[in-house]
Amino acid sequence: MIESTEVKIPVSGIGIRHKARASIALIGNPNAGKSTLFNRLTGLRQTTGNFPGVTVEKHLGTVQLKHSAFNLIDLPGIYSLDGASVDERIAVDVTLGRVTGTDRPSGLLVVIDATHIYQGLYLLEQLLELQLPTMVALTMIDSATANGISVDIDALQKALGGVPVYPVSSISGHGLDALKEGLENITSIACPSIPASWPELSETAETLSRELGPDWQRIDVIQALLQTHPGFAGRLGQRLGQDTVRLLRARLFGDAPPAAAEARQRYKWVRKVMAEVQEQAPLYSKIGARLVRWTNRPWPATLLFFAVLLLVFQAVFTWATPMMDAIDKLSSELGRAIVAQIGRSAFSSFLADGVVAGVGSVIIFLPQILILFLFIIILEDTGYLARTSFLMDRVMRTVGLSGQSVIPMLSSFACAVPSIMATRVIPDRRDRIATILAAPFLTCSARLPIYALLIAAFVPNTSIGWMNLQGLVLFGLYILGIMGGLATALLLKSSALKGPKPHFMLALPEFRAPNLQTVAIKLFDRGRIFLKRAGTVIFVVAILVWTLAYFPRMDAADFTPKITASGEAWNQAELDHARAAAQMEQSWLGRVGRTIEPVFRPLGWDWRVSSAVLAGFPAREVVVAVMGTIYAVGSDADDQSLSEKLRAARWPDGSLIFTLPMVLGLLVFYAWCLQCAATLATIHRETNSWRWPIFAWVYMTSIGYTGAMIIYQAGSFF
Amino acid sequence: MTLADLARGDMAKLDEIDTTDPGVVRLMVLGMVEDIIVRMENIAIGGDPLEVGFFGSSISLRKEQARHFKVTRITAGD
Repeated sequence: MIESTEVKIPVSGIGIRHKARASIALIGNPNAGKSTLFNRLTGLRQTTGNFPGVTVEKHLGTVQLKHSAFNLIDLPGIYSLDGASVDERIAVDVTLGRVTGTDRPSGLLVVIDATHIYQGLYLLEQLLELQLPTMVALTMIDSATANGISVDIDALQKALGGVPVYPVSSISGHGLDALKEGLENITSIACPSIPASWPELSETAETLSRELGPDWQRIDVIQALLQTHPGFAGRLGQRLGQDTVRLLRARLFGDAPPAAAEARQRYKWVRKVMAEVQEQAPLYSKIGARLVRWTNRPWPATLLFFAVLLLVFQAVFTWATPMMDAIDKLSSELGRAIVAQIGRSAFSSFLADGVVAGVGSVIIFLPQILILFLFIIILEDTGYLARTSFLMDRVMRTVGLSGQSVIPMLSSFACAVPSIMATRVIPDRRDRIATILAAPFLTCSARLPIYALLIAAFVPNTSIGWMNLQGLVLFGLYILGIMGGLATALLLKSSALKGPKPHFMLALPEFRAPNLQTVAIKLFDRGRIFLKRAGTVIFVVAILVWTLAYFPRMDAADFTPKITASGEAWNQAELDHARAAAQMEQSWLGRVGRTIEPVFRPLGWDWRVSSAVLAGFPAREVVVAVMGTIYAVGSDADDQSLSEKLRAARWPDGSLIFTLPMVLGLLVFYAWCLQCAATLATIHRETNSWRWPIFAWVYMTSIGYTGAMIIYQAGSFF
Repeated sequence: MTLADLARGDMAKLDEIDTTDPGVVRLMVLGMVEDIIVRMENIAIGGDPLEVGFFGSSISLRKEQARHFKVTRITAGD
């Protein structure tokens, strides 16, 4: 390297941007510090997308070096190339260039956690078979040193046949400059030599790939033999004959499954390398203070778990409220300002009640989602999330799931959308879908306004013992949701989604301080995804509801006689409200409400309740506003006057509509019914099919309806 | 004696692994192979699941899979 005598200005500082000419794949074990390194290397020059056909997220970034630049593909954290999970299959397919729309990487940057060299070397050993220029970033080097783990870098490079190894600390940034310097040449370094850890497999693969011709690369043969790629395994059987392949496998693996034979063979090499590079291999984790150790004991850990839960719930509700109120206020003020500016017309109503209210109804959930995700990301980064799964596994087992479903189901108390996204940690597809379908039952924050309205209006504010009856009913509704969710999981896991008992196998990471940059980037990502994907759906639906409620316009002449007929002098506000109600009655929504009234008649609902419920199907939180409009108090009226109106609402024959059985039925309907387009859209995205969202909708609507009907009919009978 | 019979804090050597259970094979991929020494780090309330430590890693598994690992106890725990 030429030493410069001039004043040094860092190249990145003056903004010279090189064009990325190659792409490099970043690959490593989960929790190895891969995403922190990715963020360190790419900064904010990154994009997030999806790999085609799967829900695995694709993170792409550009790494700017002094003399060059390249694209970095962040692959999901994996333990092996077995292809046992979606993440593993994607990682293998991307590194081998089998994914459409993603170039085959010209090199690999393998991330190995210095405190977890054992599993890191196993993955590296498999990756060396791919014969791509490879470099190793040895992360967590500072916490390794702190725990008395020393790694002889020179010996490691030698044991790996000359693969360059760069010790780095993503937290302090130590070693990053050397790594970046090394990365300048990543595409031109020689392909690594294949470790002589499994000569039988190596020779067989070599020979076969020569015999089979140019279509068969060495790694294709290996994957076919190990049965880690169904396509190649099938084709190898066709080419050589099933019997020959069976004999080959028997000779290589004995009677053990290929993956077991591979683990036995390759971990021998791993232990040999470890003996050469580490003074003394740590037998068990020494990381974490004594306090962390103590809190890991079952009973203290369980107490701590409930304390953390309480904190998260409190934060999600109390911290978010001021922001949500502000957003609510802002959107209604903005709506009013629009009407004041351009006058009352179809266009101003479209802007105010359709666009502004629609966008507002999306953004209002952003604070809760961000706070919830802030906690989840921090808990995940510190390694606590995995611990709670360990604690709650036993409980979840009773409904056929495992500890891995705990976190998504907990998140559901705030909102089902992030909760369904959080099910990605569940490896088994059946368990994952059962959790996805159970999650929307749990009482989300959007149900609270309706619960609050109906309970305040119809449940007497009296005490039973030391408990308040209203609070008791609210608690009961939460229990109803939990029961609905668990029963659904149990039902599905013993019928349509019946499968082998979940294994519950989870690597439990040590406690680790969260990295602020990583947390911020992940949080930003979540917020963006929420606004973009779920937002578009709610937005479109809000405009649809506005259209249905606004058109067709009523003739003023039709309305006047009704006022005079009442014989009372009305003030302007009452007149406006009455007009709005009459408009609602003859709007498309009102007409639909009256058409479907017979459907909801067995539940004791009139057309007004029915059309409010209908309007609430896209987003259940709009129901309070729709009821407000329908009951002619204007959508901005406070709950008190609305509850008075609800109490006074009568059937044409003079009997009360909102009787106790009807209200209890309505509450049960809301507890169980899936009235949320965002949830349906998320289920569709995460399961990659329309089958599950349609099933969830039909199933939850039916049991909500049936539950409400049984309660109303039984209650009215007595 | 199997892995499922260890008490909290016990250290043991893995002797023989029955690979018929696919969950066991996944554990082997994570590094639980013959001849390594493991430590029973934690046992959840009710005796299941278990947390096993080896070479700086901690893996949680259920008793059902742990029974497929034959072990020799080296030292008793706390």
